[in-house]
Amino acid sequence: MGRYTARRLMQMIPVVLGATFIVYALVYALPGDPLAGKCGQRPCPDAYIAKYTEQFNLDDPLPVQYVKYLGNLLQGDFGEAVNGEKVLDQIERTYPTTMKLALVAIMFEIIIGIGAGIISGIRRKGIFDSSVLAVTLVLIAVPVFVTGTSLQWFIGVKAGWLPVTATDGTWRQLIMPGFVLAGLSLAYAARITRTSLAEVMRADYIRTAKAKGLPRSRVVGVHALRNSMIPVVTFIGADFGTLLGGAIITEGIFNIDGVGGLIYRSIGLREGATVTGVVTVLILIFLLVNLFVDLLYAVLDPRIRYE
Amino acid sequence: MPNSGSESAPAFDLNVGAGEPLLEVVDLHVEFRTREGIARAVNGVSYSVKPGETLAVLGESGSGKSVTAQAIMGILDTPPGYITKGEVRFCGQDVLTLPEEDRRKLRGASMAMIFQDALSSLNPVFSVGWQIGEMFRVHEGMSRKEAKLKAIELLDRVRIPSAKDRVGDYPHQFSGGMRQRVMIAMAIALNPRLLIADEPTTALDVTVQAQVMDLLAELQRESGMGMILITHDLGVVADVADICAVMYAGRIVEHADVHELYANPAHPYTKALLGSIPRLDLKGQEVAVIKGLPPTLTNLPTGCAFHPRCSYVKDRCRSEEPPLYSVNEHRDSACHYWEEVLDGSPE
Repeated sequence: MGRYTARRLMQMIPVVLGATFIVYALVYALPGDPLAGKCGQRPCPDAYIAKYTEQFNLDDPLPVQYVKYLGNLLQGDFGEAVNGEKVLDQIERTYPTTMKLALVAIMFEIIIGIGAGIISGIRRKGIFDSSVLAVTLVLIAVPVFVTGTSLQWFIGVKAGWLPVTATDGTWRQLIMPGFVLAGLSLAYAARITRTSLAEVMRADYIRTAKAKGLPRSRVVGVHALRNSMIPVVTFIGADFGTLLGGAIITEGIFNIDGVGGLIYRSIGLREGATVTGVVTVLILIFLLVNLFVDLLYAVLDPRIRYE
Repeated sequence: MPNSGSESAPAFDLNVGAGEPLLEVVDLHVEFRTREGIARAVNGVSYSVKPGETLAVLGESGSGKSVTAQAIMGILDTPPGYITKGEVRFCGQDVLTLPEEDRRKLRGASMAMIFQDALSSLNPVFSVGWQIGEMFRVHEGMSRKEAKLKAIELLDRVRIPSAKDRVGDYPHQFSGGMRQRVMIAMAIALNPRLLIADEPTTALDVTVQAQVMDLLAELQRESGMGMILITHDLGVVADVADICAVMYAGRIVEHADVHELYANPAHPYTKALLGSIPRLDLKGQEVAVIKGLPPTLTNLPTGCAFHPRCSYVKDRCRSEEPPLYSVNEHRDSACHYWEEVLDGSPE
């Protein structure tokens, strides 16, 4: 497993290099002058333009710019935005909130999604199962801004149980946005769990478990559950990686200062350094989460061996 | 205390008097209620097994032999399967009337079952030692550590080499024959009185088949348990069984001592079955096959279910269902013309 992990980590190097180059090239290819509009209603003074052209290597051809950027990156210098704020500071400001939001969302997926999936999986065609199918269908069909604003109105404003926005990014504020963000994936997680469990319950080894005289709770909770969790872990793991990349719409609805909004604003403002820097960090995190999920398979299913 | 609620204390006396049957199935009916209609999988099966005795249940796929076994064990999937009539007397007690919790305690502990394909019948994500040890942990409330030692002991007993090193291995790391030994070890863990082996060698190589059957026979000699051997392999039956029940379309069509049955079948189906074995002394000739297909269980033929495929068929067979005629005191045949069948070829 150690060698496998090392190999996977090595494979990340070309992926990160390729991805950062593509992002860098895309930002470079954006039409328009990156310094236009930075000085209000009038054109920027020549000294200002010269300073930033120098700072961001804007006179160099793309490959040279990229190599210089990469050199700084390797020394831990993510560069700074035009307003002088360090990109690393921007990440530090927004990333903890995004991580917390992703964690809240993933908890909803695990607890409600898997929980509902298990119950409807063992009691198929019952009233609970039918309700789960109906509710998940609604969650899948309705866009995030509808569930988001509806919950804000009913739970935040009318009932007053939870704060309407999450400006400071505290855990309590993030409950509602976390649920909204989880909504779609939660519905899928419930459905995948349900199907997977129902399928496993028909397996030969479940018949064996019954023939062994095990109580039903043990047949389902021990013998069926572990096997049925393999596809669910795949799904939730991949989803966690995505959630860690920020959530533009949910962040927007709940006024969360997260990484999704940061990228969105930076693209609008042509903040090349911020966009490239943040995306690089996100790619790294996504790759690491994926590696972790792959390693988790081997724990769940001993037939999977990493040499 | 963990497990305290599930430790096994049988709900009734498990002693069987000398010569008394260990298991008696009486007029068992099982049907499957499906969308296509009601499939009558078992239609009045009766058989019995004494301690130390081996009953072979022979028949094609879909003849109801496995369903009968599942009904005995109480692991029939309900729905769609329902026991509509009959009794399953185990040590004199009709277990069909017992509450589920009492039946669960019998399962695995007093009556155990092994299945055809050990790879799919063992849980892929738990080690074999864990799966064997689970019997002791659930039924006897043993600790993990004690259960593991017991599992090693059992792996030794079913002759898995270096049991101590292999107890932590997973099913996919064993060969087919070794996996079936693991299955057997799990089934005999708590010294069951009755062992049901549902096609235990079908998925194995011929050489390994013999080893597994020898092991089963030996374990049976040591423990004196009764055994039901479900198979469609006539060769296996001849070697190990005492009595043989041949099933067709959910009924027993012939029930006899194995040697008598082989020497001189009293039912056209048994005769055809025996005739379809390739024989060395008839090398070069075509192997006899039974014409036609087994009937669909949702739509059984009238009269004798075998009549569309029978070479002895007469008008009476199409309308009148044959009862189980007594051929002699320990032999029955469900054929109106069993005497003719015994005597020789059809006219």
